[in-house]
Amino acid sequence: MSQRTLLKTLSIVIACVLFFPVLVIIGSVFTGQATVWSHLFQTVLFDYINNSLLLMLGVAVGTLLLGVPTAWLTSVCEFPGRRWLSWALLLPLAVPAYIIAYTYTGLLDFAGPVQTLIRDVFGLEYGEYWFFEVRSLQGAIVMLSLVLYPYVYLMSRTAFLEQSANTLEVSRSLGYSHARSFFKLALPLARPAIVAGVTLALMETLADYGTVQYFGVSTFTTGIMRTFYGFGDVPAAYQLASVLLLFVVCLILLERYSRRRLSYHLSGLRKTSHRRIKLSNNTAWMATTLCFSPIFLGFIIPAGQLLYWAMFKLESLNAAFFLLAWHSFYLAAIAAIIAVFLALLMAYAARLNKDYSVRLAVSSVGLGYALPGTIIALGIIVPFAWLDNKIIDFIESFVGIDVGLLLSGTLFALLFAYTVRFMAVSLGAIQSGLGKITPSIDDAGRSLGLRPIQVLRKLHVPLMSGSVLTALLIVFVDVLKELPATLILRPFNFNTLAVRAHELASDELLADAAPASLMIVLVGLAPVILLSRSIDTRKNARKNMEKDMRTKSGKKQP
Amino acid sequence: MTTSPPTQILTELNVQNISVAYDGVTVVKEADFTLKIGEIGCFLGSSGCGKSTLLRAIAGFETLSSGCITFDGIVLSTPTNTVEPENRNMGMVFQDIALFPHLTIRQNIEFGIQHLNKHERQARVEHLLTLVELEGFEERYPDSLSGGQQQRIALVRAIAPKPKLLLMDEPFSGLDAKLREELVPDIRTVLLKEKISAILVTHDQMEAFAMADHIAIMDKGCIHQSASPYEVYHRPSTRFVASFIGYGDFLTAKVRDAYSIDSDLGVIKSDIEHGFTIGDEVDLLIRPDDVLHDDDSQFTGMIMNRWFRGSHFLYRVKLDTGKIIYCFASSHHNHCVGQSIGLTVDIDHLVLFAKK
Repeated sequence: MSQRTLLKTLSIVIACVLFFPVLVIIGSVFTGQATVWSHLFQTVLFDYINNSLLLMLGVAVGTLLLGVPTAWLTSVCEFPGRRWLSWALLLPLAVPAYIIAYTYTGLLDFAGPVQTLIRDVFGLEYGEYWFFEVRSLQGAIVMLSLVLYPYVYLMSRTAFLEQSANTLEVSRSLGYSHARSFFKLALPLARPAIVAGVTLALMETLADYGTVQYFGVSTFTTGIMRTFYGFGDVPAAYQLASVLLLFVVCLILLERYSRRRLSYHLSGLRKTSHRRIKLSNNTAWMATTLCFSPIFLGFIIPAGQLLYWAMFKLESLNAAFFLLAWHSFYLAAIAAIIAVFLALLMAYAARLNKDYSVRLAVSSVGLGYALPGTIIALGIIVPFAWLDNKIIDFIESFVGIDVGLLLSGTLFALLFAYTVRFMAVSLGAIQSGLGKITPSIDDAGRSLGLRPIQVLRKLHVPLMSGSVLTALLIVFVDVLKELPATLILRPFNFNTLAVRAHELASDELLADAAPASLMIVLVGLAPVILLSRSIDTRKNARKNMEKDMRTKSGKKQP
Repeated sequence: MTTSPPTQILTELNVQNISVAYDGVTVVKEADFTLKIGEIGCFLGSSGCGKSTLLRAIAGFETLSSGCITFDGIVLSTPTNTVEPENRNMGMVFQDIALFPHLTIRQNIEFGIQHLNKHERQARVEHLLTLVELEGFEERYPDSLSGGQQQRIALVRAIAPKPKLLLMDEPFSGLDAKLREELVPDIRTVLLKEKISAILVTHDQMEAFAMADHIAIMDKGCIHQSASPYEVYHRPSTRFVASFIGYGDFLTAKVRDAYSIDSDLGVIKSDIEHGFTIGDEVDLLIRPDDVLHDDDSQFTGMIMNRWFRGSHFLYRVKLDTGKIIYCFASSHHNHCVGQSIGLTVDIDHLVLFAKK
């Protein structure tokens, strides 16, 4: 078999293995018993659908309100601080939703500093005043919006930057004001990009477990966990997961659709440099304030609160904490290496084989990112347990030794779940790097005597070392933040930073959760800095958008 | 379509009746081509004619859907078996140059000769850089070189492993016209010095004429004619070749006998039999250099347009019959648009096609 066919076969096998958990969930729809369904219908299903839809609606509105105006202001207008605000607006991306939820709970709940201050100042007692209940559906909407708006911001900012200055100048010359040009022209032109950004935010919303669980909101993810662990009702959990999958599929379709329109809208526009609109004094300071507030609320307050808590918990930086960090780091590092290694193989296989099967393999792997960790974990845990039992029986019958669990409840299952979920991220980064290498480099290498795999090793990898490092970094950080799949699949008594923070926060030990949370946020800053480093120039904005879109969906840009 | 008879002893590369298809679309159709030792061949055609695909099939990057490629007596490609490109001992030069940007010039050139020891490699690099007059560039990186210098390095990188055949895919099209004029003869000299056979793919006739001993004219995936530059110009085998190469017009004519025809410019006689039947209506290819300016001639034409070319004039003239043709005239024959001039035909080989 030639290396080309070998790689093709390999990537199809990888895709099948990685897609297997999804097939398990889909398959459960057909094996599900009618009684399970009718029970779900009568009890919790509509609650879950209702809450999930409200949450999505709220987050969509929230991210739009936070993301689009800031994007427009920083890309088209000139006001004090615009330059640093335009990258600082990405900072909340570093804060996982569940962590921001802990910090605001600490700040705003009954015993928190804000309410205490109100009571002290006005001399009020419990129940004598109204205060925003942060642990609620509305609270979850606000928390998720505060950390997910950067997706919308990034996508729409790029779209605004890409819009031809001519288009806007024509509309001005036809008598439209800046404001009307924005609504009549800039916004409709940017709409596909904005929609794509919102769908990315909504995928994260659907996948979120930490926030909604902590706030006690019954959505699909919390429902699945409760059904699975609380009631031990595996079939019902699977049915719920399949409904959630349906939601995810809708989002994927919406995202793909708007992406197609995006490439249409962006093509053919002549790129000329914008002359930024200079805002008058008062308006300019309003713009600065407007752009600063999401950063303040989404990053500075939560990070400051974590820092404050952590300072009182310095004694908790003990051996146990470092063991936790070590677990998180090596898990994330191994997962990153696996995901990048497989992504290299698959991306290269797709480059060598132009046929349909490899394309399908690559795009099916690209779907992983849209899948909530709970779905992936459920899709893994039951088949693995079954397989484990078979293996144990088999070995015991032959050798007479009980080897114990080999797959489920081991790091293997966890790493497998991470690969399923984050392979798309690495694949996106690798594919975008590979796409920049002209095909004649491959041909030149081959004609000078390299075998296909050597071309990858000796030419591609050194040439796109930047992309490889980016891929490693992004997967590393994503794994570090991941919560639901880790909760379900981790080996007994094996803790990571994210799991420990979640456990402590759930036990109302918010301050104790701070060191671990802070660590996650700090590591999470790395890819944000990477992303923001080159955000200001137009050329880079386009590149960033592509990189972001690729890393988020694993889809190759047309 | 003409193919030279298979002369196994002299033939190095033998492309027999090959077809290449992508997704069911045939890009190269039943192409035949042979190249002898030391010759420089050329695939000439407009973009999309399949010339690059044919070259890539020879290099081993494309799988054949029919036919066979042999080289030096060894079968390289059949529809069922393709020898991998890295095992073919063929060098390749690309349109986008494709130097490895992360390697120095020395490392680029040494890339294909890792099997040699350090001393041999060094000697080879020195020799090759001298050949293209780029001594002292060893430790520089490709991006510090000009386009022409990069293309020279790409050439020596490809010939460093002493390939038996060098394949060049539009190697000059990324360069500006002046650079190209300098580079083409240089590269021809290098190839002849190193005794490397080569095939060039280009859409530029002048480049093909300047470089190649043997040109295959391609259109829509087919090789129309495969012959010397002189022959494809003066003895085009198909109507397409006749109109693709150089300037030319077709004059309607009637066959008088086995050697001559009756045309708008009188009776024209050929040295050899033209092969058409008496009384047949035919189209005669007439090139600007076939028509001479002759004040004594009974045939005249009115000048419609003219271009001064330094050494000569190119006139566009309308014959009395209404037919419009090109005509070269010495630069001393300065006539104005609207003037009538006498014309005679000077052809010793008739190029005729059955009337459309």
